[in-house]
Amino acid sequence: MKTFRMGGVHPEENKISNDAAIEVMPVGKQMVVLMNQHLGAPATPIVQKGDKVKVGQLIGEAQTFMCANVHSPVSGTVLKVEPCKDAFGLAKPAVYINVEGDEWMESIDRTPDIKRECTLEPKEIVAKLKEMGIVGLGGATFPAHIKYSIPEGKKAEYLIVNAAECEPYLTSDYRVMMEHAEEVCIGVSILRKALGVPNAYIGIESNKPLAIAHMQEVVKGFEGIIVEPLKVKYPQGAEKQLINAVTGRKVPSGKLPIDVGCVVSNLGTCFSVYEAIQKNKPLIENILTVTGKELPSQHNYIVRIGTTYNEIIAHSIGQLPETTGKVISGGTMMGKAVVNLDAPTVKGNSSVLVIGEKEALRAEETNCIRCGKCMHACPMGLEPYLFSALVKNNRIEEAKEHNILDCIECGCCFFSCPANKPLTDEIRLGKNKVRAMMAAKK
Amino acid sequence: MTHDILIAVLILGALGVLFAVVLYIVAQKFKVVEDPLIDEVAEVLPGANCGGCGKAGCRAFAEACVAQGNMDGLRCAPGGDAVAAKVAQLLGCAVAQGEPQVAVVRCNPANCGEKRKSNYDGLRSCAFQNTVYTGESGCPFGCLGCGDCVAACQFDAIHMGPNGVPVVDADKCTACGACAKACPRRIIELRNKGKKERRVYVSCMNKEKGAVAMKSCANACIGCGKCAKVCPMEAITVTDNLSYIDFTKCIACRKCVTECPTKAIHDVGFPAPAVKPAPKPEAPAAEKVEIPVAEKVEVKN
Repeated sequence: MKTFRMGGVHPEENKISNDAAIEVMPVGKQMVVLMNQHLGAPATPIVQKGDKVKVGQLIGEAQTFMCANVHSPVSGTVLKVEPCKDAFGLAKPAVYINVEGDEWMESIDRTPDIKRECTLEPKEIVAKLKEMGIVGLGGATFPAHIKYSIPEGKKAEYLIVNAAECEPYLTSDYRVMMEHAEEVCIGVSILRKALGVPNAYIGIESNKPLAIAHMQEVVKGFEGIIVEPLKVKYPQGAEKQLINAVTGRKVPSGKLPIDVGCVVSNLGTCFSVYEAIQKNKPLIENILTVTGKELPSQHNYIVRIGTTYNEIIAHSIGQLPETTGKVISGGTMMGKAVVNLDAPTVKGNSSVLVIGEKEALRAEETNCIRCGKCMHACPMGLEPYLFSALVKNNRIEEAKEHNILDCIECGCCFFSCPANKPLTDEIRLGKNKVRAMMAAKK
Repeated sequence: MTHDILIAVLILGALGVLFAVVLYIVAQKFKVVEDPLIDEVAEVLPGANCGGCGKAGCRAFAEACVAQGNMDGLRCAPGGDAVAAKVAQLLGCAVAQGEPQVAVVRCNPANCGEKRKSNYDGLRSCAFQNTVYTGESGCPFGCLGCGDCVAACQFDAIHMGPNGVPVVDADKCTACGACAKACPRRIIELRNKGKKERRVYVSCMNKEKGAVAMKSCANACIGCGKCAKVCPMEAITVTDNLSYIDFTKCIACRKCVTECPTKAIHDVGFPAPAVKPAPKPEAPAAEKVEIPVAEKVEVKN
């Protein structure tokens, strides 16, 4: 079975919410839609206080290159347009909407029929992705229309769909595969057409045998889609690692996947691409996992964007257990702890993960014993212990020479460190310093 | 035998003469004339290389002084007036008199301690924590408490206080500004020490609107502008919901201190108020602001 060549770790999988079918979360009374739910500049609000909006109506317009449209996830009246604190307590521009009824835009096809035919030209597909505000749902929320506009002189050869779901606990992609396999495959075919590539590969880790079998059955009805089972290893779902696992190619330092002819897309993105292109439905919903070892029940939900963490917790489990140490958005390896549970969810949120007090706390840091485990674990072939020392001593130039910017912040070094050194934190600090240094030089 | 020795001596001697000539020519061609004054000036500087003057180190400062011929715009903060006088004497110019300054931490420790809204257990670095979230206090403008400023100080003049906010030792502080540069939230400011070391400043950097700021911290400046109205010197301006006292205009009358409803304005160096004979209600009502204690959430990263 294929996997990536260098490094990697195998954290406890904890996929305890695997069997929970996707439920629909009811809409709350008020929604707060943040304007920067994607990588890049925030969208510009185009509604004002008192405006009536429908589900799927454009409320934030992308006016710069690195930006994505934002649509209303609910119908109702705009209460105000002012900053709201996000999950980390930082104020972000937002639109507050008072929910009234559930009136959708007429253009959106809400029938359950599956539409297979897509007559759009590649350029039209990309334009529609932009219009519908589609972003990558693998975590980075990179605007899809930019990714699928291949720059002049470069050619895509492979489309790789990331269904590895290598993060512990997360099961939203797994549930999508089990329940919406056909839609996903149509989405993949649309993206394949947009790129003009002969084959698309869906990489699935072998700890999901049911999903592999189901997908292999479904792709028989599609041309040029191949299911690629992968050996379980974290971070298989990282772009560069997945390319290496599926094609054997290596993205050189500082280059992008397209430089080796690859485009990687998350499975959840393919599903939202299907909905956007075939059903005219903008990205207004997230599929997310509510899980945790100490929770009474495990869930997978389809949630309107803008629902707060507190609402999700209240609906799914009532209240947080007494022993809660952290609430994490994302998996245990790369997810971020949520500080403000009153914050709205945004595009790309994949989970509400509740971790107990004992598990949540970091162990005490001790001195580096030069064992080199972090080097063996690093999937990018870097030297985390070295960066730790260089950053501490402010030797930023040297850190850059040792390719600190190649770090994908997967957390393997910290995970494997017997001295519990916060290596990933140190590297992230170092990367910020390197970027600041490079900006100052310009 | 003697013949061999003679040949060796002659060859080496000839080589020696040849290299000496080459070296002489090169030395003449690439001669660097350096003003001996630079060495003399560098000699009287403290030699801490703190960078507080904006130059790369003490020698760079000396070079700048000599190149300029006077001390306009150049000041060695750690050296103070004593060093300035010596340098001026060497340069033969007027002494650059500067108001002595001190670092001031513009964050109020009131909201920290047990009122933390989250626990941070990531890398002990303010610069890093600042990229992750608001910090334990929940104030997006407040002190993060990891002590980047303490690490930056070369004079042992700043330490973490009991409330998790750094405290400056005014006697040791040389106003080099290293802590101010190290702080990712720009909380530390260099201000004039003031007459009799008395100074008044707004101990807050929160630019949020009043109600939001109050939620972040009970002692936040809410930008009400009462201080600006009461100031006889027009030294106070309110921009972005935040008050600022211009230390060049302030006469330390302390009218604003008593006026401030959130106690965001601090006074330093004044004698403790004498014990009043009649018991008077001390705290104004506005001081008691309840802070909703948010759910305690641990922070990863």
